[in-house]
Amino acid sequence: MIMNSLYYQKKLSRNVGDKFFTSLSVFCALIAILPLIFVVTYILIKGGAQITPELFTLEPNPPGDDLDAGGINPALIGTLVITTIASIIAIPVGVGGGIYLAEYSNGGPFSKFIRFGVNVLAGVPSIIAGVFIYALIVSTKILFGSMYSGFAGGMALSILMLPTVIKTTDEGLKLVPNELRYASLGIGASMYTTILKITLPTAFRSIATGVVLGIARAAGETAPLIFTALFSYYYIVGFEDLFYEMGSLAVLIYNFALEPYDAQNKLAWAASFILVISILTVNIFSRIFAAFTEKTKRV
Amino acid sequence: MEEKLTLFKNRKRFGIEKNIDLIFKNTTLALSSLVAIVLFGIILVVFFQSFESFSRYGLNFLVTSEWNPVKDEYGAFTAIYGTLVTSLLSLLITIPLGVGTAIFITEDFVPKFVREIVGSFVELLAAIPSVVLGLWAIFVMEPFFREFFVFLHKFFGWIPLFSSEPAGRNSLLAIIILVVMLLPIVTSIARDSLNQVPKKLRNASYGIGASRWKTIFSVILPAALSGIMAGVLLALGRAMGETMAVTMIIGNSNVFSWSLLSPGYTISSMLANQFGEADGSQVSSLFYAAFVLMILSLVVNIFAQWLVKKFSLKY
Repeated sequence: MIMNSLYYQKKLSRNVGDKFFTSLSVFCALIAILPLIFVVTYILIKGGAQITPELFTLEPNPPGDDLDAGGINPALIGTLVITTIASIIAIPVGVGGGIYLAEYSNGGPFSKFIRFGVNVLAGVPSIIAGVFIYALIVSTKILFGSMYSGFAGGMALSILMLPTVIKTTDEGLKLVPNELRYASLGIGASMYTTILKITLPTAFRSIATGVVLGIARAAGETAPLIFTALFSYYYIVGFEDLFYEMGSLAVLIYNFALEPYDAQNKLAWAASFILVISILTVNIFSRIFAAFTEKTKRV
Repeated sequence: MEEKLTLFKNRKRFGIEKNIDLIFKNTTLALSSLVAIVLFGIILVVFFQSFESFSRYGLNFLVTSEWNPVKDEYGAFTAIYGTLVTSLLSLLITIPLGVGTAIFITEDFVPKFVREIVGSFVELLAAIPSVVLGLWAIFVMEPFFREFFVFLHKFFGWIPLFSSEPAGRNSLLAIIILVVMLLPIVTSIARDSLNQVPKKLRNASYGIGASRWKTIFSVILPAALSGIMAGVLLALGRAMGETMAVTMIIGNSNVFSWSLLSPGYTISSMLANQFGEADGSQVSSLFYAAFVLMILSLVVNIFAQWLVKKFSLKY
């Protein structure tokens, strides 16, 4: 009996309990991976079936005539344009702000406050960014008298990108070893040369990865666009189109998913296919890239 | 950092170099201040835009659920109630699911590569745009759960939460899609905080004869609790502000109902639905609702950050 107590006993209550909780945890993990599998499978099947060359070149037809839904060209270009505008605004501001936090501030109240502000801004609901830009730009017609515009949509998205960019810059620069800075300053380089020539290039990979993920995230955002960029059925032909309503893949999915017509619903699936495939590709590649960087990082 | 700056100050430099340096420093300073300006700008703009509605309805806005642009009467109770109920209930489901998954990923039940795959699957789920989840919810999830809701109403109809005939789009569907969206947040933050618990604690617990799950429940989880709590609060903030998927599946009805099986409303779905075509005092009332949403999420977020700072692991 005494000998036996040294062996693993299946029926002991602690072992039974352990088995139970282990299977519960496995069960949780199984449920957790199901949504992604189901979502991606349905998008591949339902959206993939709609992919034709015309999809990329045609304008969408207004819902109502139950014939052909057309393509998603204006929305595709619109998403690219709006995301580019957002990046042009958010990346310089975010990288600059991140440089200040990581390189110049010395943990004083101001930098603490800004870091806190960055976290709070990251938690602001995305639709509030849309409401803010609506009040600031759309309703005041401050941009050459235009109301809903691709530019306003880009500004709304830039508010959502800003915290991500600042955070990744700040954290990326903090990982750069101080010895590099000392060496640069020691041979007589000034602070800004040190930052631009030494620390930023060293941290470039991690900053770029974070920024790209931020852009991918912004590309799928819908809430800030529905009453800033609104939607448009027409081709984007010139620069002045920036100041008119502009379609985007995300808003197209939203509008057409709620239409009662099958043709429009199919177009929404097709747009989802393109959006999800691009976002997942970016995500997976930056993950692999980050893992690769991790391995090759010098000590 | 301190050392670096003094080193730098003591150098003799040319005027131009000094100036460029100063300009560069001040530019980055200005850019980082922009965060604060945008944040305060958002709060002030939304507050001032809602002022008209605020002075007219006062706090009554929060407890009445009349929303009538014709009679110019506005109250956001249904939307505020919907926001709180959908976010809290979805969180209630997500917490055990997410923490259970995080334990699965951090323990060694299965080989490492399987856990890594599960981990990246959950994280990739966070990358799927909310509008796509909404589309999926309408065409795939809703038909899938339809029978189940009928069953729920038939046998649990005596509970007020299931007391109405299931509608095609309803609050319960919104809660389910919110669970899908919150799961990655809770899981990844819980996983990070579980990973930060030092190995010594686990070994000490095993050493005095505790079983694996005794160790998890009495040592590991308590040690990681503050991090998990902060993650849960961040998820709550996300849930309250989540717009697209919820708007597409909740049914958007301003009629108050206790039942989760009838269509509901949240503040963000109200904004998404009405902002585009609102005018007059309706706009101000919508800004008021937006202000309420912003305050709710700000409070939750600031509390989460305070929690992280106050109880961050000190091992």
